[in-house]
Amino acid sequence: MKKSYQSLEDNPTYNMKQVIYCGLTSKIYSLCIVLLLTFSTSLIAQEGDPANGKSLFNSNCAACHKLDKPMTGPALRNVEARLADEQGLDREWLSAWIRNSSALIKSGDAYANKIYNEYNGVAMTAFPQLSDQDISDILAYTAAPAPAPPVSAPGAEVATADQGGVSNNLILGALALLFGLLAMALVLVKRTLNRFAEAKGIEVVAENKRMPLWKAFAQNQFLVLVTAIFFLLSSGYFVYGYLMQVGVDQGYEPVQPIHYSHRIHAGDNGIDCKYCHSSARVSKTSGIPSLNVCMNCHKSISEVAPETLAEGEAYGVNYDAEIQKLYDAVGWDGTSYTGESKPVKWIRIHNLPDFAYFNHSQHVVVGGIECQTCHGPVEEMEIMYQDAPLTMGWCINCHRETDVKVKDNAYYTKIHEELSKKYGVEQLTAAQMGGLECGKCHY
Amino acid sequence: MSSNKKYWKSVEELNENSSIVEALQQNEFVEEIPTDEFLGDKESLESSSTSRRDFLKYVGFSTAAASLAACEGPVIKSIPYIVQPTEIIPGVANYYATTIANGFDFTSVLVKTREGRPIKIENNTDAATNGMANARVNASVLGLYDNLRVKAPMKGESTISWATFMSETSATLKGLNGKAIVLLTQSMPSPSTNKLIAEFKAKYTNVKHVAYDAISESATLDAYQARYGKRGMADYDFSKARTIVSIGADFLGDWQGGGFESGYATKRIPDHGKMSRHIQFESNMSLTGANADKRIPLTPSEQKLVLAKLYSEVTGNSAVGVKLSEGLNSAVKAAAKEIKLAGRNAVVVTGIQDVNAQTTVLEINAYLRSVAFKPGTTINTRQGSDKAVTKLIADMKAGNVGAIIMNGVNPVYTLPNATEFKDGLAKTKLSVAFSMKQDETSSLCQYIAAAPHNLESWGDFELKTGHYSMMQPTIRPLFNTKQFQEVLMSWTDVSGSYRDYLKSVWTKSILNGASFNKAVQDGVFVTHLNGSGSNGTASVETTTSTKLKDKKDRTFLGGVIHDVAVGVGIKDEDKDEYVTTTTSKTVSNASGTDVSSVLAVGAAVKALANTKVSGGLELSLYTKTGMGDGQQANNPWLQEFPDPITRTTWDNYLTISQADADNLKLKNWNVANGGLNGSYAKVSVNGAEAVTVPVLIQPGQAKGSVGMSFGFGRTSKALKEEMKTGVNAYPLYQNFNTIQSVTIEKAAGEHEFACVQLHNTLMGRGDIIKETTLEVFNTKDKKYWNAVPEVSLNHIATPVTSPDVDLWDEFDRSVGHHFNLSIDLNACTGCGACVIACHAENNVPVVGKSEMRRSRDMHWLRIDRYYSHQDTFEADDAKKDGFNGLFGDTGSLGGFGEMESPADNPQVAFQPVMCQHCNHAPCETVCPVAATAHGRQGQNHMAYNRCVGTRYCANNCPYKVRRFNWFLYNKNDEFDYFMNDDLGRMVLNPDVTVRSRGVMEKCSMCIQKTQKTILDAKRDGRLVKDGEFQTACSAACGNGAMIFGDVNDKDSKIAALKEDDRMYHLLEHVGTKPNVIYQTKVRNTSKA
Repeated sequence: MKKSYQSLEDNPTYNMKQVIYCGLTSKIYSLCIVLLLTFSTSLIAQEGDPANGKSLFNSNCAACHKLDKPMTGPALRNVEARLADEQGLDREWLSAWIRNSSALIKSGDAYANKIYNEYNGVAMTAFPQLSDQDISDILAYTAAPAPAPPVSAPGAEVATADQGGVSNNLILGALALLFGLLAMALVLVKRTLNRFAEAKGIEVVAENKRMPLWKAFAQNQFLVLVTAIFFLLSSGYFVYGYLMQVGVDQGYEPVQPIHYSHRIHAGDNGIDCKYCHSSARVSKTSGIPSLNVCMNCHKSISEVAPETLAEGEAYGVNYDAEIQKLYDAVGWDGTSYTGESKPVKWIRIHNLPDFAYFNHSQHVVVGGIECQTCHGPVEEMEIMYQDAPLTMGWCINCHRETDVKVKDNAYYTKIHEELSKKYGVEQLTAAQMGGLECGKCHY
Repeated sequence: MSSNKKYWKSVEELNENSSIVEALQQNEFVEEIPTDEFLGDKESLESSSTSRRDFLKYVGFSTAAASLAACEGPVIKSIPYIVQPTEIIPGVANYYATTIANGFDFTSVLVKTREGRPIKIENNTDAATNGMANARVNASVLGLYDNLRVKAPMKGESTISWATFMSETSATLKGLNGKAIVLLTQSMPSPSTNKLIAEFKAKYTNVKHVAYDAISESATLDAYQARYGKRGMADYDFSKARTIVSIGADFLGDWQGGGFESGYATKRIPDHGKMSRHIQFESNMSLTGANADKRIPLTPSEQKLVLAKLYSEVTGNSAVGVKLSEGLNSAVKAAAKEIKLAGRNAVVVTGIQDVNAQTTVLEINAYLRSVAFKPGTTINTRQGSDKAVTKLIADMKAGNVGAIIMNGVNPVYTLPNATEFKDGLAKTKLSVAFSMKQDETSSLCQYIAAAPHNLESWGDFELKTGHYSMMQPTIRPLFNTKQFQEVLMSWTDVSGSYRDYLKSVWTKSILNGASFNKAVQDGVFVTHLNGSGSNGTASVETTTSTKLKDKKDRTFLGGVIHDVAVGVGIKDEDKDEYVTTTTSKTVSNASGTDVSSVLAVGAAVKALANTKVSGGLELSLYTKTGMGDGQQANNPWLQEFPDPITRTTWDNYLTISQADADNLKLKNWNVANGGLNGSYAKVSVNGAEAVTVPVLIQPGQAKGSVGMSFGFGRTSKALKEEMKTGVNAYPLYQNFNTIQSVTIEKAAGEHEFACVQLHNTLMGRGDIIKETTLEVFNTKDKKYWNAVPEVSLNHIATPVTSPDVDLWDEFDRSVGHHFNLSIDLNACTGCGACVIACHAENNVPVVGKSEMRRSRDMHWLRIDRYYSHQDTFEADDAKKDGFNGLFGDTGSLGGFGEMESPADNPQVAFQPVMCQHCNHAPCETVCPVAATAHGRQGQNHMAYNRCVGTRYCANNCPYKVRRFNWFLYNKNDEFDYFMNDDLGRMVLNPDVTVRSRGVMEKCSMCIQKTQKTILDAKRDGRLVKDGEFQTACSAACGNGAMIFGDVNDKDSKIAALKEDDRMYHLLEHVGTKPNVIYQTKVRNTSKA
């Protein structure tokens, strides 16, 4: 969460589909060698470095292209071979297209125009900065064969985990059964012995009838008194505790219409809170992001990496399906907006009563308080929950303890100087600034 | 030392043999308490299936269930936008400049929207013209969320689609066989609409456009047109006038469309010892009369005589023989003397709806060459012509009108001869009403074209010559509505949207190269062309000469004036001006008004002078500050708005003088719960039109005159039952004349008023309203006219402001902000815009008439109106100070009771009172739960969630500004006003808590606004500039009467005002140290 970045471009798209090749680098190397050996005819074309190609692809192409699926632009798996086979176009044509596609279109090239029209007349961004080597690296990367679907591995993992759970339960159950049998055996043994004794005429000595404990207790008035006081006090304690939590929804973690993981977005991807909750900077509400904000990224992220998908299994969620829910809501069919949207009805977690006024921008911008101070470790939360009690006592405690951030704020210069002199302190707390007055929050 | 005195509680006790006393010694009550009556008889109790135990079980169970249910919080859903508009940030307000132009009020305003919902109307300070929203304009935002709006076009009682509407109406319009199509619209000084209408006329050749004002200014327009050749109303700038003489003109009210008060108020604040002098001749006690330095009550026909007399006195022409009573004669002479002394700085205005009177006034001002009189600039907000409307009705009755298309008018309600109009309406082949409501008229039409609210529409208005105001939508239309212009475009086959049309009109003929977007953003655009502008009228220059131009027709008098005027030695350019006026051009405007019958000045004055003063009662019809012409009658804010003069809500009534009331045996009296009751009177005009109205005795009402307001007594589906209050005065508005000769007789029954002010007079309580005269103010020391009260400390008189006599220690408030609100009693005209602004800003509930009558009004801000018992407040003070002992002639026992009755022509003072935010607040010390506490910034905080409703605070408040929520006023069917439906609640301010039952509330000094200003400054890292801090009331006050700010900012206006000599605190002797300060009222009583 504390990772800062200047713009989205700076933020490498971890966890995206492309990342899955991270662990496969060695495989790719070996594959390359195989390819190198097998298709020696295409040796010249394949001289690129697929590892470098991958990073170039991710930074330059991934916004519009995928390897196996058309997006804004066509799928690029084996693009060079495909073009050569189907269209008879060579590397030179491809380079010209990559460096300046619109010039190629203008020149009247048939296939260039065909592609241009096929993809809704969106011209590809020109990449004149890419060298021949860069292009061949990228093409080398695209020439790598599609990996086998990595579904089986996590599935197996889950199966073993399940087995583990079952066996534990079995052992516990068997033990319980054993103990039960033992206890029954004891009872049976006792009963048999008694019968023996009866049959043999041995008198079983009855236990001495002592005064029952409860009677003794009842007769001891002091004890009764002490117990009564104890019970009263403890019940008072519990009743008070119960009443004090009425309306306090700490830990409230409702099931949301879309399983949105703050852990992935804020934690793994390190997206700044205020990228999505942008109104926290200027408004009293932090705002639930509108769906167009989601689509800024999710227009090109329709699937998560298999590792992430596997993590999701642990939470019982299929992230890809959740992204699909977003698409359904916003009306995105993978290539364009259908116009049929249906708003997402999120369940509000942090609910302040109507009579309490809270302003995010005051705390976030003016106070410079981290979101986590009140919202807890959001970057670790798979599902958002209410971390703080949001009671008035909790607010006030913080106001008592927190220093006002006066640095570089001309508004505070005079008032802070005068007030801190008056109170004889170096640094004023929010409370000393008037942050405990009723009317500051209740109006 | 025990006393042998016998104490007694009732006279009965003195009767030794009384059986009652005997019984009372034994028992608490004389008779046995009839328990059976409320417990019921034994039989029915036993036969009941519900036993006492069952009852207790039910109670126990339901209580437990309720408390269990309360533990579970509700699931709250939040639905974000799919695509968030870039300009909307939830929680941040957007402001749009637009115009409210509903045919009665025309104002450039700023609209505050939250999350896309308009929630409040504020003044557009950029507007040089009509930028100050009055109470009705402030309240008009609620009309947007009126649940009774027409939600789709209708044919009869059934909803139809716009396509059906268009195809059906177009077909009928085309098949009228030459019968006339009449566009009957509100006054619309709209360049683009007029162009559209011209195009519509070109397409359908038989089109007539009739502008119609519910309350006509036809005489003013006719007189102006005859003299200056253009239809309009002369503009007046009261900020330039040093002496103002008004004869029946309520120019602080709705005279000539209103909007004059801010100019007037600037000159009412004494500056370097000078302020304007205002003399008012009038019959009803109007807002203007209440603010006048000298007010002369007289009947309406006497007003005409006075005007004629004034004319002859001012112009020095003694040829007019006017018979006036002695008192009036001297009053007119004195006024004329002052006018002459002021010369060009004087201005005369009149509200008499009589062409002769209006002609005379134009002449007087032209003669004076008054600097406040701007005949070059016309006010265009009234365009109706009585003749045209009368002719239309005749045409309709004769069956000559094929189609009538109405926009923004409600003639069935507002016409005096509504039945004739109804007959005519039935004879038209097509009748369409563009209306927001199923009102009196539209429900009789074949089609109701569901019209959008002003806040949902586009539009443009040339309010004054060269002063354009833009109307833009502030919200997408809530319902399936189309505005008049859009449909007109479809009928005319003009393609595109109305916005584009408007834009092209502006770009072509108004903007002259200026940016259209900027004009939309500003909401106003002022051209510097001083001419006819482009109000779309076919300005045909005709050779029709006015009577003035024609030498032959010129009367002796007119000629004399001319000669005199020239002879006095007017500079040449002014002479030219006069000459140009005589060679005026007649503009045949859209309605083709013929004004050739308007008399020339001389004849006009003669006609005025010959006015017969009838012996009977004369009725002056007027508009109320709250209700206007009545189109907003379904607005609960306005219904509950106390009339500034009578302080009565939810009603209209016949105002009558005490003397006339005594003659007619009409009475007003207060009943035990404090409510005001009154008799009914039957008022008939010409013996025919008769209405029965409640009577309210109005101090200052001229003897021989009565008054009654328009805007009430509405029927139809346009209003909720609760809003159908009062009596319709339009049937009395015969021949569009506000002055009617009436006969009045007492009717049976008594009426219950909801009057919020029980005490009418100040009773000499000089520390509530301090006032003095300009003379004293200029010559005497502050101690003389604005003394700080003193108390005796160790037999030394000590001012109450001294810390030595204070119960409490003072806190140091010199650090940070310390808010003060200054209220200038000189600049406050009592218009009440602040009351409605406060209502809108702070989610103040509406409680309804019966609750108002019980004094349970919820207004955080009230404007007290005080009359004097003697002729002046000073005389009141003298009388009170003269009290000596309890009894006798100078005794206070009888004396105070006597002082409660106001004088025949009392002085009036207005005083806005809200929570005074006392630094030593009496309310704070008595709250058992510390729900009300003081903030360091000077505000007295009220924590609603902490309040348990003991009402001790209200008891202990010397200013009586705390309001208690006796009921739940939201989502409660018993209070079916705006807070009871989802639509109406959209107007609520999300930054202010909606209060619940059982809590106390009061003015918060708009803490939500001050907090926001502070936060904005903190975010920007800067200091708060003076003028940034505003409360809803101070922002709404266009008169500069309310100034709000931080007194610790030593350069601020408020800091200067706090040190001003006129400054005083309300009830200073109580020692509450309020943060609201008042500026002593100064009256300009100096005789010329």
